[in-house]
Amino acid sequence: MNIPHKSVPIADLHREPLRHLLTALADDHLILGHRHSEWTGLGPILEEDIAFSSIAQDQMGHALGFYTLLHEHLGAPDPDIHAFTRQETEFSCCQLVEWPIGDYDFSLTRHLFFDLAAGLRMETLSLSSFKPLAQLATKIRGEVKYHMFHAKTMVNQLGNSNDETARARMQTAINRQFGLALGMFEPRLGEQILDDAQIAPIESKWRERWLEALNAVLDGSGLHIPDPDRIEPVYGGRNGYHTEYLQPLLNEMTEVFRLDPQAEW
Amino acid sequence: MYGGGYIPKEEARKAVVNDDPEMLAAFEERVARGEKVEPRDWMPTEYRRQLIRMIEQHAHSDIIGALPEGTWITRAPGFRRKLALMAKVQDEVGHAQLLYSAAETLGKSREAMINDLINGKSKYSNVFNYPAKTWADVAVIGFLIDAAAIVNQVANSKGSYGPYCRALERICYEESFHLKQGHSVFVYLATGTPLQRSMLQDALNRWWKPIMHFFGPSDEMSEHTLTLMKWKVKMATNDDMRQQFLSLYVPKIQELGLSLPDAELRKDPDSGKWLFGDPDWAEFFAVIRGNGPCNAERLAVRKAAEVNGAWVRKALQQADARYVTPLA
Repeated sequence: MNIPHKSVPIADLHREPLRHLLTALADDHLILGHRHSEWTGLGPILEEDIAFSSIAQDQMGHALGFYTLLHEHLGAPDPDIHAFTRQETEFSCCQLVEWPIGDYDFSLTRHLFFDLAAGLRMETLSLSSFKPLAQLATKIRGEVKYHMFHAKTMVNQLGNSNDETARARMQTAINRQFGLALGMFEPRLGEQILDDAQIAPIESKWRERWLEALNAVLDGSGLHIPDPDRIEPVYGGRNGYHTEYLQPLLNEMTEVFRLDPQAEW
Repeated sequence: MYGGGYIPKEEARKAVVNDDPEMLAAFEERVARGEKVEPRDWMPTEYRRQLIRMIEQHAHSDIIGALPEGTWITRAPGFRRKLALMAKVQDEVGHAQLLYSAAETLGKSREAMINDLINGKSKYSNVFNYPAKTWADVAVIGFLIDAAAIVNQVANSKGSYGPYCRALERICYEESFHLKQGHSVFVYLATGTPLQRSMLQDALNRWWKPIMHFFGPSDEMSEHTLTLMKWKVKMATNDDMRQQFLSLYVPKIQELGLSLPDAELRKDPDSGKWLFGDPDWAEFFAVIRGNGPCNAERLAVRKAAEVNGAWVRKALQQADARYVTPLA
């Protein structure tokens, strides 16, 4: 994603909260893009291999876009160095994206949950008072729309299938990762400051819209979400507390890069 | 990638086929005139059978070939390489999809073809029975094996069966980008740090034998081969394709200061042909019979993917499942 950015002035008060927001977005997209790419060659049908690979490529591109904003406006290192050399505790992705791909039901449900949230986030951020973010969000929003076409189509097909196993698998996948999904909306450090400055809303606003939208998406699919008030959100990721799955993922992701981070690959 | 030039011989198959001699003569005239054969046209039984075998092996090579390179997607160093490799391997799976569709026009379903693959009845390019051990293997596969496949596929795209030719034309177009991707990784390693160069030289040494095997041993100039060439199922001999590949790519490898592990490799100034040492055809046949370093692993991975995804395919096939209007 090559959107030319020029460094724009950012008030001191906004810098840290903005860094938190952009790092969370970048890390979420990077790690889930990595997970989706693991389906290459292993999908239940060739068309799903191809679909997950497309989505993964988009997400890598989105991650690169957010790391580029951090680099150009907030003094973060170059995107490759930033993504490929940090310690696990320096990552602020939510735990939902870290989990292994599991079976297709798990990955499809996660794709629905994540892209639904990403679409809503980008819709709001496309109006952000921080213009470089608004521009990037506008571009990403157009791509996430297609991710949602895919997720909705597959979830509806499987949810409405006459095959009891498929329906049960999908409902179980929803139930099992619902707490993880709510963890996408873990409050960010300084989020109220960004909300006041109309840079980005606080996470609870996004969570509310996501729940509404999710109910609408699942309406007619034969699937439903558990009562969100009775499910404990899985927090921690935004503050560097991760599952046992992240470190091995990072080891793998950086295996070649670490051989010589100064080399040109 | 990844269609290898070599289609293993089928053993002990001596079906007696009596095609109508008049129809056969008319068919051969059409092919000789350069007309394309389309799915509903009359065609000799053996023509159909050979094409199914060839196209399905080509398709299998694309999905199996996605495995060795696919394992490097998650390890690719940096965004640029990662994005390019993801797109490249995705294309290969897309090629399999195109090729299975082309083969289906001849009367064999995708499901039947994939079943034959995982049961070991149907082959794929031998080259994917070797492991991709380091990132430099991605360079060698992407540059040289894709290049070899292009030599083969460009030849086949001028064949007689319309759906296969059209699929190959599109595939070759995408392959040319794969070659650029592979070449770029190759050049960066070749001109990089001593570690990067030694990784590349090591990968080249390991892959050279499978690359020499890629087009298969010299064709036996049997009546069978001649018939396939007359029908434009086979467009060039294995030796011709190998010579073409060596002429195009050995100089490119050598100009980067890399060596090839064959002391006898050189171009004969008189004949203009490349001479090379014994590529160890015994190993080639052993690998085809299933005894290569990765045959079992490749099939096990493919089988696991089929088994794990069976419930999805079953659920999607429900005849009275509610139709979901396409959204885009």
